Amino acid sequence: MKLLVLLAIVLLIIAGHQLLRIIELSRGLKKTTEWQVTSSDNDRMGKIMVIFMVLFFAFFFWQAARWNERVLPLASSEHGLKVDALWDANMYLITFVFIVTNFFLFWFAYKYRGLANRKAVFLAHNNKLELAWTVIPAFALAFIIIFGLKYWNEIMSVSDKADKVIVELYAKQFDWSARYAGKDGKLGETDYRQISGSNSVGMDTADVLGNDDVIVRNEFHIPVGKEIVFYMRSRDVIHSAYMPHFRAQMNCVPGMITTFKFVPIKTTMEMRKDPYVINMMAGINKQREKFGEEPVEFDYLLLCNKICGISHFNMQMNLIVESQADYDAWIAKQKAFKAVAVKP
Amino acid sequence: MGSVTNSALEKEHLVHHDHVHHDDDHEESFITKYVFSQDHKMISRQFLITAVIMAVIAMTMSIIFRMQLAWPGEKFAFVNALLGDKWAKDGILDPNMYLALVTIHGTIMVFFVLTGGLSGTFSNLLIPYQIGARDMASGFLNMLSYWFFFVSSCIMLASCFIDDGPASVGWTIYPPLSAVPEAMPGSKLGMTMWLISMSIFVVSSLLGSLNYIITIFNLRTKGMTMTRLPLTIWAFLVTAVIGVLSFPVLVSCVALLIMDRSFGTSFYLSDIYIGGRPLDNVGGSPILFEHLFWFLGHPEVYIVLLPALGITSEVIATNSRKPIFGYRAMIGSILAIGFLSFIVWGHHMYMTGMNPFLGSVFVFTTLLIAIPSAVKAFNYITTLWKGNLQFTPAMLFSIGLVSSFITGGVTGIILADSTLDINVHDTYFVIAHFHIVMGLSAIFGMFAGVYHWFPKLFLRMMNKKLGYIHFWTTLIFAYGTFFPQHFLGLAGVPRRYYTNSNFPMFDNLVDINEICTVSAILGGLVQLIFLFNFFYSMFRGEKAPQNPWKSNTLEWTTPMANIHGNWPGALPTVHRWPYDYSKPGKEHDFVPQTVPLEDGEHDGGGH
Repeated sequence: MKLLVLLAIVLLIIAGHQLLRIIELSRGLKKTTEWQVTSSDNDRMGKIMVIFMVLFFAFFFWQAARWNERVLPLASSEHGLKVDALWDANMYLITFVFIVTNFFLFWFAYKYRGLANRKAVFLAHNNKLELAWTVIPAFALAFIIIFGLKYWNEIMSVSDKADKVIVELYAKQFDWSARYAGKDGKLGETDYRQISGSNSVGMDTADVLGNDDVIVRNEFHIPVGKEIVFYMRSRDVIHSAYMPHFRAQMNCVPGMITTFKFVPIKTTMEMRKDPYVINMMAGINKQREKFGEEPVEFDYLLLCNKICGISHFNMQMNLIVESQADYDAWIAKQKAFKAVAVKP
Repeated sequence: MGSVTNSALEKEHLVHHDHVHHDDDHEESFITKYVFSQDHKMISRQFLITAVIMAVIAMTMSIIFRMQLAWPGEKFAFVNALLGDKWAKDGILDPNMYLALVTIHGTIMVFFVLTGGLSGTFSNLLIPYQIGARDMASGFLNMLSYWFFFVSSCIMLASCFIDDGPASVGWTIYPPLSAVPEAMPGSKLGMTMWLISMSIFVVSSLLGSLNYIITIFNLRTKGMTMTRLPLTIWAFLVTAVIGVLSFPVLVSCVALLIMDRSFGTSFYLSDIYIGGRPLDNVGGSPILFEHLFWFLGHPEVYIVLLPALGITSEVIATNSRKPIFGYRAMIGSILAIGFLSFIVWGHHMYMTGMNPFLGSVFVFTTLLIAIPSAVKAFNYITTLWKGNLQFTPAMLFSIGLVSSFITGGVTGIILADSTLDINVHDTYFVIAHFHIVMGLSAIFGMFAGVYHWFPKLFLRMMNKKLGYIHFWTTLIFAYGTFFPQHFLGLAGVPRRYYTNSNFPMFDNLVDINEICTVSAILGGLVQLIFLFNFFYSMFRGEKAPQNPWKSNTLEWTTPMANIHGNWPGALPTVHRWPYDYSKPGKEHDFVPQTVPLEDGEHDGGGH
């Protein structure tokens, strides 16, 4: 380490020495002092401004075009489609603003670069202009606020559907489990003091409502087309249940029960046949081949999205969306809590 | 009382100047001149150099973890050389150290570089100079402000060398992760040191801010009305007010966390089972912490940004040879941003389980803040319009600031919208957003300030050509580092992941990460040009003339010497606003504030 630091210092000194010579040489050649900005400096910088602008916009469109097939596929949930539509509308708006304002900025920088004999116009303010660009953004923002809040209220409202699936997502360092309400449709009470090897989510064994609850790990299933109401809990620190394909996210906070709900509209199998997803997975598997890893199929995922400790980067659970019939068959195979807990 | 102080100071000075020559009126030892100096100019230099060192450290950290993100599992001798075998065995970064680097990088950049460094340097340098004061209201408190800053910097850096490693819970230090030592090694002693360091930092910040406010209100020279203040001073004033009102909340937030960590209270803790046992703490809420933290945390963003915008206003007006467009609208915007910054903190918490209705309120207030921000951006662009632009390095950085302020600002509109925030919350989209605003805009403002006021700081000029190279390469690589991260966010990549390789769904993003990292490395290397220019010019740069940029403000009326008391004779009298550039009917394209108004001449932009 010391050697490297020394090396860096030596390199710095050499680089410094070279630069120093360049500066002192150039200083000797010129009559004006080096720091003074000349009109040829202004000319050159102004032109670079425009060149930079063109490259900057080109870079932006290049990224948008090239990486457009790598971003998340269209939402797989009912509310998610609305979120996506709103996202697009907002994105067009801000892209427009981004391009127009950056254009004027760099264009003016070029056009009014300080060439010899140029005189600036004494313009201190203009009330009409200033009013215009206070009011116009205000209207644009009103649109954004109104639509944003309309959807927000819909997404966050309490579920009023009778026919729904209740799933509890339980987070701990560094894995997830999911708990289903079972036949009675009600989750049993919990008590963190009862957590043990055979009671990993801290079920309150005194509460009979919990006896038929089903707890699964590694992978959980939900039926398509039905409202899924999630309750989130955490055992230790804050985690965040992030299901990006469904535009769903909610923190899991110890001592609290948080909630999020959505209606999945595409099964895992349907997604695997989606042309966008097929193309995206081809890209992924191509890269995996380079790494020498097995190809994978598309799967929905639950990720942790709040820093939670050393293995935060690997806290995940697979999520399968399937038809009601498949889901019923799957849940029937799972063991109820009582049956699992009794076995010591 | 203020005017009394000022005239008392003034009297003291006149007495001195009546009797002794000013060069030898304050015979000072090395210690009082360079170390425990009470002179605002020296304190400013101390802040700047400390901040430069901190910035180099934090940037090096970011390069290390960017390399991990682009090439996970690769061995880098250089990483091993810097971090040693414990944290980078064979040159592979340890996951705990990854989180530690992310945490300390964020903490240093936000607090030590962009709060302490930016405000500390330029508020100290410019407030007395630009309002026509001999020094800060209290030179002693000002000195303490720097030395508290220094001590807190030392503690923060020292925490990097302890056995368990420094704090590694993210710069937002959310409990219970930060409150329960069993949660991770970085939540042990390193976390305690982080909390102590930040508490001391807040003391420094408060001493500085109170001083700035009192100085601006009380020590303005004759004729310097509030509406004749340069926008820099307005920005520093509002920044200081925000700091005074919000930093104490961070202290209380931290105090409660210390209680939870060390004294068994349960402010933030409830129902936790960790390390194989249930904790006794019941009834607290991490959400309380988040409210307290972001009550500082969001105003903090404007504490970082406003000084940069103030500097830019001054640099753009001077180098456009035009008045700043909409001076009063600019003041109004600064005040509006300052006020609104206190009622938007909840937009960091849409996904925390906070009541969604409360979220709606914060959507509304947050989007309101876009209006004054937009006004500022438009006013900058209009200031360029029909100007006579002089592209000094400072001017280039100011234009870069406006560009990145827009680029980073528009994505803020997306993030402020709770509906849209659901899916990009805590992803790389957020990283891209706030790095373009803080890592580009605010840092560019700082660079602009250094290039522009270097003559006042060190009485010498920085090299222009190196400045040009520094600007263009920095702009390109900074955008190259952060722009692609928007797309990582759109692909759903969460922040603070040690590696993305555990998720096949992110495998096709490898080359995007490589672009970011390569840009970051190159962007880091080109800062060597700046560092060289900075330190070389400090000692061997060309001697600065009195008013190199032909600027109107008062600091350029002082002689090019570090005089205690700034002006050798009486304090200057101000007769006009600071933006009379290219005023019709004037001989030169600038009219310093000390020049009296002619008969029938209007002040403040009238003809």
